[in-house]
Amino acid sequence: MGNQVIKYGFMFIGLILIQVLILNHIQFSGYVNPYIYLLFVLLLPLSTPRYVVLLLAFLIGLTVDIFSNSLGIHSFATVFAAFFRPYVIRLITNREEDKSDYPGLKQNKFQWFISYVSIMVLIHHIVLFYIEIFTFANFLLTFTRTFFSSLFSIFVIVLSQYIVFRD
Amino acid sequence: MRSLIRYLINNFTFLLFILLEVVSLVFIFNYNKYHKVQFLNSSNWVTASVYNSFQSVVQYFELAKVNKSLADENARLKSFIQSDLLLQHTDSILAELNQEDSTYRYIPAAIINNSVNKSNNYITLNKGRKDGVKPDQGIVSPMGIVGVVTSVSESYAVGFSVLNKRWGPSGKLKNSGYFGPVEWDGSDYQMADFKEIPFHVQLTVGDTIVTSGYSTFFPEGITIGTIYSFSQPEGESFYKIRIKLAVDFKSIHYVSAIENTEKEEIKELENLLEDGESSN
Repeated sequence: MGNQVIKYGFMFIGLILIQVLILNHIQFSGYVNPYIYLLFVLLLPLSTPRYVVLLLAFLIGLTVDIFSNSLGIHSFATVFAAFFRPYVIRLITNREEDKSDYPGLKQNKFQWFISYVSIMVLIHHIVLFYIEIFTFANFLLTFTRTFFSSLFSIFVIVLSQYIVFRD
Repeated sequence: MRSLIRYLINNFTFLLFILLEVVSLVFIFNYNKYHKVQFLNSSNWVTASVYNSFQSVVQYFELAKVNKSLADENARLKSFIQSDLLLQHTDSILAELNQEDSTYRYIPAAIINNSVNKSNNYITLNKGRKDGVKPDQGIVSPMGIVGVVTSVSESYAVGFSVLNKRWGPSGKLKNSGYFGPVEWDGSDYQMADFKEIPFHVQLTVGDTIVTSGYSTFFPEGITIGTIYSFSQPEGESFYKIRIKLAVDFKSIHYVSAIENTEKEEIKELENLLEDGESSN
């Protein structure tokens, strides 16, 4: 338990730093802003009580908000995605399968992990980009931004599973 | 009553979800109230020191660029000194330089965090209250206008950059003096819109737009940008003008905050007028 707290503590700090120092400054053709701090919420053990997941999601969202002067936007999107996490997991998991408690890439089938990450990142990014713009005018433009940013975020998150966060 | 309590317990997660989302929405909608709260933006000590230490490492990679911009600025000032214009007005300029209590005081600062890809972009400066930086001071670079300070802590400050939908400077045409607001539409970090210029004004592509000096944030005549294109939309009485911003927001590193030493006096006078109007 103590080990877990330390591990997730480091993950929290590491993801925040990568997000605000590097990824927030990435911009390809004005479209792509990857947000990978959601990985923290994704990798919480499946047995974590739901209210803890929600509170932690709010905390990491608010921290990113404070760093990027966008109070409320990231916390809204992250809590939203965190609330739907159990439903997404139920949707893509076969009942017969023996489920590992840790939703990482190594502990699960590649296909399962990709579906899990893709659905969660899409939920998070759609909410995030539309809340940020706060209008459905330019619906297509925002949708393109969401789509390409999601692709990039999913790619970075999957890649990270081969480099860090392996267990 | 008991069933209500049972309902609350059963749906505890859902209620917590709603609560957290409502808190976030309150933050989003009341942004103006909270952006002055120092610990909720990047001028707070923890956030700013993270940016500052990261910047102190990566700034070495930018030194060549910074050097070049300083050399350019130097060259510009040197050619200004040698121009005939200056020779004719030497006396008045010297007199102005000698005035110790000039209206505007410049506080040099380095940018430690900056973005161009959000719909509201901010800059974090490494100077704060102890260096004399206060909210509502303008931020300029040698190339032109950059933004305005909104929140300060002891040693750091955060401000809107021009690339922000929540704030835009007031500009005017340098040659004819017609003025209007400059607004950023959130798409291209090099472009902005210049509004409220009536059709009878003569425009050419490349005309310079400078600060009007009608707000207390900026002195008159700081470059904002140049006209990139303009058109006369039918059924309207104002031009649609796109301007190319003078500052390249992706490559600015050193700026100055401008303190208007007479701001208090101007504000007092304006308040006096407003009070008088409302009581009549």
